[in-house]
Amino acid sequence: MSDRFSSSPLVQLTLARFREFIREPEAVFWAFGFPIIVSLALALAFPSRADRAVIVGVHPGGDAESLRATLNSSAGITVREISQDEERNALREGRVNVVVIPTDPPTYKFDPAREESRLARAVVDDALKRAAGRTDPFTAREEPQEVAGSRYIDWFIPGLIGMGLMSNGMWGIGFGIVQARMRKLLKRMVASPMKKSEYLLAQLIARLTFLPFEVLAPLLLGVIAFGMPVNGSVGAIVVVTMVGALSFGALGLLMATRARTIEAISGLMNLAMVPMWILSGVFFSSGNFPDAMQPVIQALPLTAMTDALRAVILDGATLRQVTSELLVLAAWGIAPFFIALRLFSWR
Amino acid sequence: MENIDRSEMAVRCERLRKTYGPVVAVADVTLSVRRGECFGLLGPNGAGKTTTIEILEGLLTPDAGDVEVLGLRWAHHSHDLRQRLGIQLQETQLPDKLTVEETLRLFRSLYPRGRTVDELLAIVELESKRTSRVGRLSGGQKQRLSLACALAGDPDLLFLDEPTTGLDPQSRRQLWTLLDQFRAAGRTILMTTHYMDEAEFLCDRVAVVDHGRIIALGTPKDLIAKLGAPKVITHNGTLEDVFMALTGRHLRDE
Repeated sequence: MSDRFSSSPLVQLTLARFREFIREPEAVFWAFGFPIIVSLALALAFPSRADRAVIVGVHPGGDAESLRATLNSSAGITVREISQDEERNALREGRVNVVVIPTDPPTYKFDPAREESRLARAVVDDALKRAAGRTDPFTAREEPQEVAGSRYIDWFIPGLIGMGLMSNGMWGIGFGIVQARMRKLLKRMVASPMKKSEYLLAQLIARLTFLPFEVLAPLLLGVIAFGMPVNGSVGAIVVVTMVGALSFGALGLLMATRARTIEAISGLMNLAMVPMWILSGVFFSSGNFPDAMQPVIQALPLTAMTDALRAVILDGATLRQVTSELLVLAAWGIAPFFIALRLFSWR
Repeated sequence: MENIDRSEMAVRCERLRKTYGPVVAVADVTLSVRRGECFGLLGPNGAGKTTTIEILEGLLTPDAGDVEVLGLRWAHHSHDLRQRLGIQLQETQLPDKLTVEETLRLFRSLYPRGRTVDELLAIVELESKRTSRVGRLSGGQKQRLSLACALAGDPDLLFLDEPTTGLDPQSRRQLWTLLDQFRAAGRTILMTTHYMDEAEFLCDRVAVVDHGRIIALGTPKDLIAKLGAPKVITHNGTLEDVFMALTGRHLRDE
């Protein structure tokens, strides 16, 4: 580092923020360790869908004897004995996907609102009809394709990276600033000839220095532990995550423009982030929401972030193909930065 | 007031007023600080000292009144002024996680010219704490570090808001010596304090402030002679006597 470079205020302000962060072990854990734990837990909860059998509940006792035998001998079905009193609870909690009662014809109890319940009904229906002597007009030739990248965990990890960039960006910057304001450090800084824009910019740049770790940790976990494919270029991933980190950082600045207490900033953060966790398709596809909401959902920075990351990582999209997402992110970065600079309370 | 050539003035303000809703923090303050002197604003808690000094520091805008610092005005020359002032605020807590040296390097980087980090460490006698985290310093050491940050730009004028509040006697003495050296080098200090002995030791002139007004102004000696002495028969008068005589003996809330 040359002397002139290292003695520039922007470099010193950035270094200060960076040091404050890495010297806070808890913050480091929540930023890097936590996302990995979440991915591991979700990978256990959502194994690859293909090898998962439907779970069919059948009442115990002699009446259901032959039904149990038929179902047990059918592929893709796991039978679980369930008493009549328990069946409602079992269905609700997902312990069974469908309950079959050996009436004539048989009765299916299932929840049509749940995809896995409808699927189980179809599988059971098929198995029982075939056992009862149905002849199929044809048996289709099946070519099962194990497409890497189509599993839930593959789909989830880019979302997790996006969510991590959002949380770390907003909390990291928002908290740091509110704390500095509470400690009257902001006031002390503006009593010096410091340029205000440089202070805010330094917060954003310091964020970028953590980016390699925040992105690499979940990405490597996906590749090494789950064999997730990375089809896009490293350059594209770098650009998308950098633009995303900057725009979430700028949102953090915006949240922290006036907040004077940790409670106030926490409330604002949750107000901004919780809707995005739900709407932006981190845990489940945002396509589940009605069409009328889609324009709003697509305009959210986290939607743009996760869509762009999935496109690049899973589909191997180029930067040109995710231009619209990058533009949404850039807009969310630039506007909040300048609004924050204007409205910022330094006292 | 005294008849002094304006160019000799480091700070000049007239008829300052600042209110917060119904609360009048500064009612009417007019004062001048000469170049090279140490000027003290003395008063009980809530008297308006901090509001006054923060207006002079350009951190607050007065509702009414006129301020000139080093012959310049905040509205037009704030960038130049910031480079020539050293400011220590009352409640600033520097980042705990940074070391003493990192903190000074940060503050030094904000000024286009000034002292080196080594010089600053030597001035405030913190060389041995160079690599210590700020969070592990004692109160006196933190206060000296905060003073070093204020001196980073080699200022012509130093503003100090209660620089020794909460410190033990040794630390106070040590800070006084540092400030005395700064003044001896021909620089100007404007400080607030509610310690009488501090004002007596450091200040060339003091203004006693209460309820947002200046109620007495002069050298510590003059004030004691004029106001303190008659009250005191058994021992030599001190500023304490003046202060009590002027602001009353009842306890005050913040």
